[in-house]
Amino acid sequence: MHASSLPFAVTADGSGGGFVGPSIDDFFPAGVLFQGTPFELNRVLLIRMFAVVVLVLVLWLGTRNWKVMPTRGQVAMEFLIDFVRQGIVIDTLGEKAGKRFMPIIMTIFFLTLALNLTGTIPGLQIPSTGLIGQALIMAVIAYVTFIYAGIRAHGIRYFKIALWIPGVPLPIKPVIALLEFLSTFIIRPVTLTLRLTMNMVAGHMLLALCFLATNFFFITVLASGNLLGGIGIASLLFGVVFTVLELFIAALQAYVFAILTAIYVQMALSDEH
Amino acid sequence: MLPAAVRTEGSILLPSIPDLVWGTIAFVVVLVVVIWKVLPSVNRALDARRDAIEGGLKKAEEAQAGAQQALEHYNAQLAEARAEAGRIREQAREDAKKIRAELVEQAQSDAARVVANAQTQIEAERAAALASLRTEVGSLALGLASTVIGESLGDDKRSSAIVDRFLADLETADASAASSGRAGTHR
Repeated sequence: MHASSLPFAVTADGSGGGFVGPSIDDFFPAGVLFQGTPFELNRVLLIRMFAVVVLVLVLWLGTRNWKVMPTRGQVAMEFLIDFVRQGIVIDTLGEKAGKRFMPIIMTIFFLTLALNLTGTIPGLQIPSTGLIGQALIMAVIAYVTFIYAGIRAHGIRYFKIALWIPGVPLPIKPVIALLEFLSTFIIRPVTLTLRLTMNMVAGHMLLALCFLATNFFFITVLASGNLLGGIGIASLLFGVVFTVLELFIAALQAYVFAILTAIYVQMALSDEH
Repeated sequence: MLPAAVRTEGSILLPSIPDLVWGTIAFVVVLVVVIWKVLPSVNRALDARRDAIEGGLKKAEEAQAGAQQALEHYNAQLAEARAEAGRIREQAREDAKKIRAELVEQAQSDAARVVANAQTQIEAERAAALASLRTEVGSLALGLASTVIGESLGDDKRSSAIVDRFLADLETADASAASSGRAGTHR
């Protein structure tokens, strides 16, 4: 694990004098494996793959040997799986279409959730969804999925259905079509990507700021005899509160990404706009 | 430990190649596990549960139908038993009536027979008494007459005719007062 991205290390580096706040560079530490290749792994990407391994194990072992009468662990897993299966996919797309798009949407949800959660896990404390690549990949997958769904359902007529809205006066139809094109085929993937990435970056900054400040007040200020260092108690409390908030946001962003994907697919499948 | 200054240049908006590569790998790995392991397990478990619930419901329905059938069967049996009991009671009542009637009839016929027997006996006794009375009265009268007249009327023809005439007169007088005479002999 690379120490330079840990709060203590950053403060230690800046221990010469003033307070050094968190930096966006936390997301871009030096590579530690396969440097110079496309497979270069730095701390954040290692954490990402670690989260993937844990997620795979949880999903695999957690859904193995489900019984008709569930055990306690199974009830917890069933709640999670059913939250996505029923709550996100089937409630939005219905039973039939839901089955077709279940794997993609379920993967988006659980992968996003797992990668988000590393932002609050002590020792890891960086969400790898804060790197725009992950969000971009999933946004592209969602994009391709809903366009595929539209074309499978309506053929090439899908684009006419999506853009040429019935009931709009003819003179402004082209304007509306342009706006629809922008909102459906440009804005959607961009917002999917940025919403997730920026939420995670901001969350990390907030947490890092709280804990770095706590560290600074306790280690630097209080240790030097200045009672002002007691402010560190407040910043620590804020850190705890924001950690809880970040846990919630981690789940919320996973939910938002998955439900939006489901809704986009549903809109593409439906005849009406 | 690397100093913080030494780092790869990163942009928050432009993805790096390793980010995209490992991001894709992460997605594909999870997708494969979801398709290959998670969804089949989940669907199998949910199907099994649905079957179990459906089976349970069907079993319950069958049990209910069975109970209903048994109830109807018992009700039918009960009604049959009641009808049977009623029939038996009716039969018994009729039998009792018949037996009573027979007894009454027999008693009546017995009484009639007893009365008839008694009548015949009385008649016979009366006849016997009358016969003996006739001879006794005859000889008594003769004895009396002999004493009165002072001579024996013996047993000649005339005396016997007198006696017979007397007795015939007596009989006609007797017949006129039959009821009182008969009651007298009965005693």
